[in-house]
Amino acid sequence: MMSRQRWIYAGFLALLLLGPIILPEFYITLLNYIGLYAIVALGLVLLTGVGGLTSFGQAAFVGLGAYATAYLTTATDLSGWLAPFGQSPWLALVAGLALTALVAAILGALTLRLSGHYLPLGTIAWGISIYFLFGNLEFLGGHTGITGIPTLSFLGWELKLGREFYFLIWVALLASVWLTQNLLDSREGRAIRALKGGTLMAEAMGVNTARSKIVIFLIAAMFACVSGWLYAHLQRFINPTPFGLHIGIEYLFMAVLGGAAHVWGALLGAGVITILKQWLQDFLPQILGSSGNFEVIIFGLMMVLILQRARDGLWPILARCIPNVADKCAQKQVFPAEPLPKKPSLQAGNKLLVVGDVVKKFGGLVACNRMNLSVQSGEVLALIGPNGAGKSTMFNCISGVDPASSGEIRFLGERIERLNSREIASRGMSRTFQHVRLLPTMSVLENVAIGAHLRGNKGVMSALLHLDRAEEKRLMAEAAKQIERVGLAEHMFDQAGSLALGQQRILEIARALAADPRLLLLDEPAAGLRYLEKQALADLLRRLRAEGMGILLVEHDVDFVMGLADRVVVMEFGEKIAEGLPEQVQRDPAVLEAYLGGVA
Amino acid sequence: MDLQIALLLGQDGITNGAIYALLALALVLVFAVTRVIFIPQGEFATLGALSLASLQAGKTPGTLWLLLGAGTAIFIIDGFQAVRAGALHRLPKILLWNLAYPGVAGLILFLVEPAELSMIAQVLLSLMLVVPLGPMIYRLAFQPLAEASVLVLLIVSVAVHIALVGLGLLFFGAEGSRTPAFSDAVFEFGTIHVTGQTVWVLVSSVLLIATLYLFFERSLYGKALRATAINRIGARLMGISTIMAGKLSFLLAALIGAFSGILIAPITTIYYDTGFLIGLKGFVGAIVGGLASYPVAAAGALLVGLLESYSSFWASAFKEVIVFTLIIPVLLWRSLTTHHVEEDE
Repeated sequence: MMSRQRWIYAGFLALLLLGPIILPEFYITLLNYIGLYAIVALGLVLLTGVGGLTSFGQAAFVGLGAYATAYLTTATDLSGWLAPFGQSPWLALVAGLALTALVAAILGALTLRLSGHYLPLGTIAWGISIYFLFGNLEFLGGHTGITGIPTLSFLGWELKLGREFYFLIWVALLASVWLTQNLLDSREGRAIRALKGGTLMAEAMGVNTARSKIVIFLIAAMFACVSGWLYAHLQRFINPTPFGLHIGIEYLFMAVLGGAAHVWGALLGAGVITILKQWLQDFLPQILGSSGNFEVIIFGLMMVLILQRARDGLWPILARCIPNVADKCAQKQVFPAEPLPKKPSLQAGNKLLVVGDVVKKFGGLVACNRMNLSVQSGEVLALIGPNGAGKSTMFNCISGVDPASSGEIRFLGERIERLNSREIASRGMSRTFQHVRLLPTMSVLENVAIGAHLRGNKGVMSALLHLDRAEEKRLMAEAAKQIERVGLAEHMFDQAGSLALGQQRILEIARALAADPRLLLLDEPAAGLRYLEKQALADLLRRLRAEGMGILLVEHDVDFVMGLADRVVVMEFGEKIAEGLPEQVQRDPAVLEAYLGGVA
Repeated sequence: MDLQIALLLGQDGITNGAIYALLALALVLVFAVTRVIFIPQGEFATLGALSLASLQAGKTPGTLWLLLGAGTAIFIIDGFQAVRAGALHRLPKILLWNLAYPGVAGLILFLVEPAELSMIAQVLLSLMLVVPLGPMIYRLAFQPLAEASVLVLLIVSVAVHIALVGLGLLFFGAEGSRTPAFSDAVFEFGTIHVTGQTVWVLVSSVLLIATLYLFFERSLYGKALRATAINRIGARLMGISTIMAGKLSFLLAALIGAFSGILIAPITTIYYDTGFLIGLKGFVGAIVGGLASYPVAAAGALLVGLLESYSSFWASAFKEVIVFTLIIPVLLWRSLTTHHVEEDE
């Protein structure tokens, strides 16, 4: 299987190398542009397809890269500190990347906070603004642009011809693909992929989602900048036209058409759109009898059709024709590795969690009123109550997903009621969700590995350069261990979305365990499980308890709770109505009243 | 800048702002009912203005071909579906709206000499050509994706926008057009001259907004649209067809768009791609209103018009930069003031 994939890569590389030797000039130019566009589209794959953030403004970043180098390498009157960057296009690239990173960081800080559809609207706005800036700033040559941009030299080899430039462009593209694939296949990459499932779960697993968003935004902008730099030195003149909003839209179309969730989709999309554009620009004016950019009509209609009929783009369709490529690429393997360090275990009977007088209001509605409870290490506390009693609200207050309105929550003696869910997770509390929150297209293994996010520390740079492999192996081994522990070993490499609902709940427990928590919050873990599975779950929780873990459990299945819990807290209408040993609570008149509507 | 210039710029700003306000209202309407961020809103202004200009020049507006083409496409798709579902009784209606109506429009254009008609007749004829394109575009592009996410709908919306810009270039060429003013009257208030066209723009905008208000408050269809905007599933359970609501909102958006284009065509030269920037300025206004509040959106649009007008005096080259950069602090303010916790679904 692997060898077949290797063969495909090798064949592709051989064709790429043969290209400049056998192809006529026209095709070389076309391939050069495909490469340039694919670099930008690749950034969009990371941003849109993987991270779920849509940008129509990438052309503006291409422009920043192109204008930075054009200005620096042609200006004759550079002031003091800028002068060194004008010495060589390579130094100008460094300056361009720095400028792009700065602009992207500012725009990102301003627009990435925007939820959902406001972000793409923001990108349209700054896409237009930056374009008009290029056209109206005197020192950038206005709408005429800048001419006389020098050629690039590489180790004394001057890249004058398109045929020579070809190598540089494709090396840059393949390097970007390599970096992107490395990043996606890493701890930070999983955090980025988790963005699409909503920030709530990712934050609860300790992922700084705001940072992940900025990271992919910066990387996409840098790719665009490199493409612009290459473009400027290939063309040797620039004007604002190729950096306008409509080209930004075209870049997004390339990513969507190729398959926005796939690295190679960027290349496919860039290829199809570039070739089609070339062909349509020749063909349409002939049949329409006038000249103009009529290809946009076809592109527009094509995009509508693609989004209606094949929303995942062309790459998945193509990959299906070459079996064993698409699905195998994504598959991780587990190698034996040194286990990750664990927190020292606590003696049973230590106070883990103390909740004092917690109130949660939604407007005028009091969902939790002066709730008190505590959980010790080595103890299972069950929180039960009729539907709408405020149990899940209580969970959200404790785990920081939706902070309490007032009251005090202490975890290991430290007050946590004002901390966010990420900070709480890092202190050793981990949770599952009542409505499962998984990444359905990722494997069970990788879903569980997200839980171990806080136990690794390799960052984006080491991920990009594959310097994180030792830690990655340990994370995978840990995830595999937890999967075996909860009894999902046979599904380790299946897509999480293909599991039955009960198994998905168990998967969430494995993910929470991967964080090595001291306190585990389980929101209805037994719902949807069959009898034997429930027994297995109860056994697992007993073992965890014996290891000194504290468990806070919300559950409806009374048999399950009564057989397992050390103590029970009963809630109704946001208030605690009873607390005690399971058998005491079962006889409590207030509880019988709440559940059965009065003592018979 | 003296008072005279300030007032003149203010007048310009309010006139343009009124147009942006109309477009902003249409955008809010379409978004609320269908969740489509309707980027092609401005293209309807272009199509309206340039169709009128073509008629006045005695040419057949290219929008006729678009109307015929879109109608035929819908006839084929809907007709096929109706036949396959055995619902033959739906065929006459499909035939009427998608083939007969464009056919009649074509026949009228063929029979009359449009350049000789009165201004009012020309305006009506242009509206007749452009407005049905709204529901047709909804049918072809958006109806099959009605349950898709806002982001997918936005990308479709952008795709429709660029297709329409390309078609605009094909139909009307790259040269701009300006139509004669509705009235040549000039009113004098002290030292200020107010042109008849400005009065036309302001009065029509106010009238149109008032009509829309009455439509939403008093008519059954208006209430159906509001119900759909508040809760699509709930509205559907009450027997309101979401398809009908979608088509109706697009019809209104196309009407408002085309009419706005016709209103400003005498004030500014319209090119095939002018609509986009006009529409986007309506957008900035709509976003000020959070894509939800009609009065705030209209106020935001007026503000955009004024800002544009005054910045064209001080820094005319950077007019667009200023207007579109404004959107970023507005968006930021909106995102900071609206707290949104992901819902458990």
